[in-house]
Amino acid sequence: MMNYIWAGMIIISIICAVFQNNTSQLSSSILSSAGEAVELVISMTGAVCLWSGIMEIAEKSGAAKAAAKLLSPVLSKLFPNLDKNGKAFTAICSNVTANLLGLGNAATPLGIKAMQEIVKEESAVPPHTATKSTAAFMILNTASFQLMPTMIISVLLSAGCSRPNDIIVPIWISSIVGLSAALCAVNIFYPKKRKL
Amino acid sequence: MTTDLIMPVIILLIITTGFAKKVPMFSCFTDGAADGLKTMVSIAPSLIGLITAIGMLKASGALDLICSVFSPLSDLLGIPSENVPLLFLKPISGSGSLAMLDQIIRENGANSLVSKAAAVMTGSTETTFYCIAVYCSAAKIKNTGYTIPCALLGDFASMAAACFIVMNF
Repeated sequence: MMNYIWAGMIIISIICAVFQNNTSQLSSSILSSAGEAVELVISMTGAVCLWSGIMEIAEKSGAAKAAAKLLSPVLSKLFPNLDKNGKAFTAICSNVTANLLGLGNAATPLGIKAMQEIVKEESAVPPHTATKSTAAFMILNTASFQLMPTMIISVLLSAGCSRPNDIIVPIWISSIVGLSAALCAVNIFYPKKRKL
Repeated sequence: MTTDLIMPVIILLIITTGFAKKVPMFSCFTDGAADGLKTMVSIAPSLIGLITAIGMLKASGALDLICSVFSPLSDLLGIPSENVPLLFLKPISGSGSLAMLDQIIRENGANSLVSKAAAVMTGSTETTFYCIAVYCSAAKIKNTGYTIPCALLGDFASMAAACFIVMNF
């Protein structure tokens, strides 16, 4: 997919530049963009490393477990078909808290484990089909509720934004709006009683 | 004022629990920071490729053309027309949307409302298609059912909400 998008962007810009007579701007941008990208990466790196260090301390001091305990009553409402003491539900809780703390490297393996455990527990009929639980779980991950959106803050910071912290609360609110919309849709498409 | 307190308060909470639990904090910190460095190294090549491609789109005039095509739709939804490409890029590519965000900030300035709206849009969802692809292949799910439409609806809702919140408050 990215193949086509990337190649498409480059081809379209070259064609468009020829037709709109922007070739000189285009060629200077080709040279400067790559350098700008490196500058961006370097200036973001400090803040990203700082936060992943802080969040590692949080994880090691048991914040993830405490958050999982706090979240499990809410999450159990989203997965009515799963055993609350089962492996699947425990993995879901750990994945959601890892996402919350922004521990991307830990969240994905936990998420994969959660998916496999859900499938085992539900043994979906027909097989290889998304169920209400797997759909809801994937949506929890695609909506990305994160305590500290470090990447975005550091992009703003590196561009010289004076108040990059102002975006934290709006990001929380709009994530929750999106998550609720998607979960409502799941509940409409997958009616309550059916064990699918 | 209050938003400036979010970060210090979170750090304070984490450090004090670390103290109470007698965690080797500094070595944890350096381990985590090394992980962060790995993340940045792993996204750097795709960012270089995508920032170049988006820079080319901008310089050639194609980006403005695309935005003006979608401007009636974006006006209707209250999304700044500069930010429309994010709607399409974000569910597909994380680095792509980061590159787009960088482009928008360069054009409009880091303190403009348009840039803030773009930042909130980028931060409020994940790379939906990538995420679903990884999880479905891990669980051997071939029929995703209603997952993708529901997830895209959520992405769309959060990005529209992002613009609404930034532009109105």
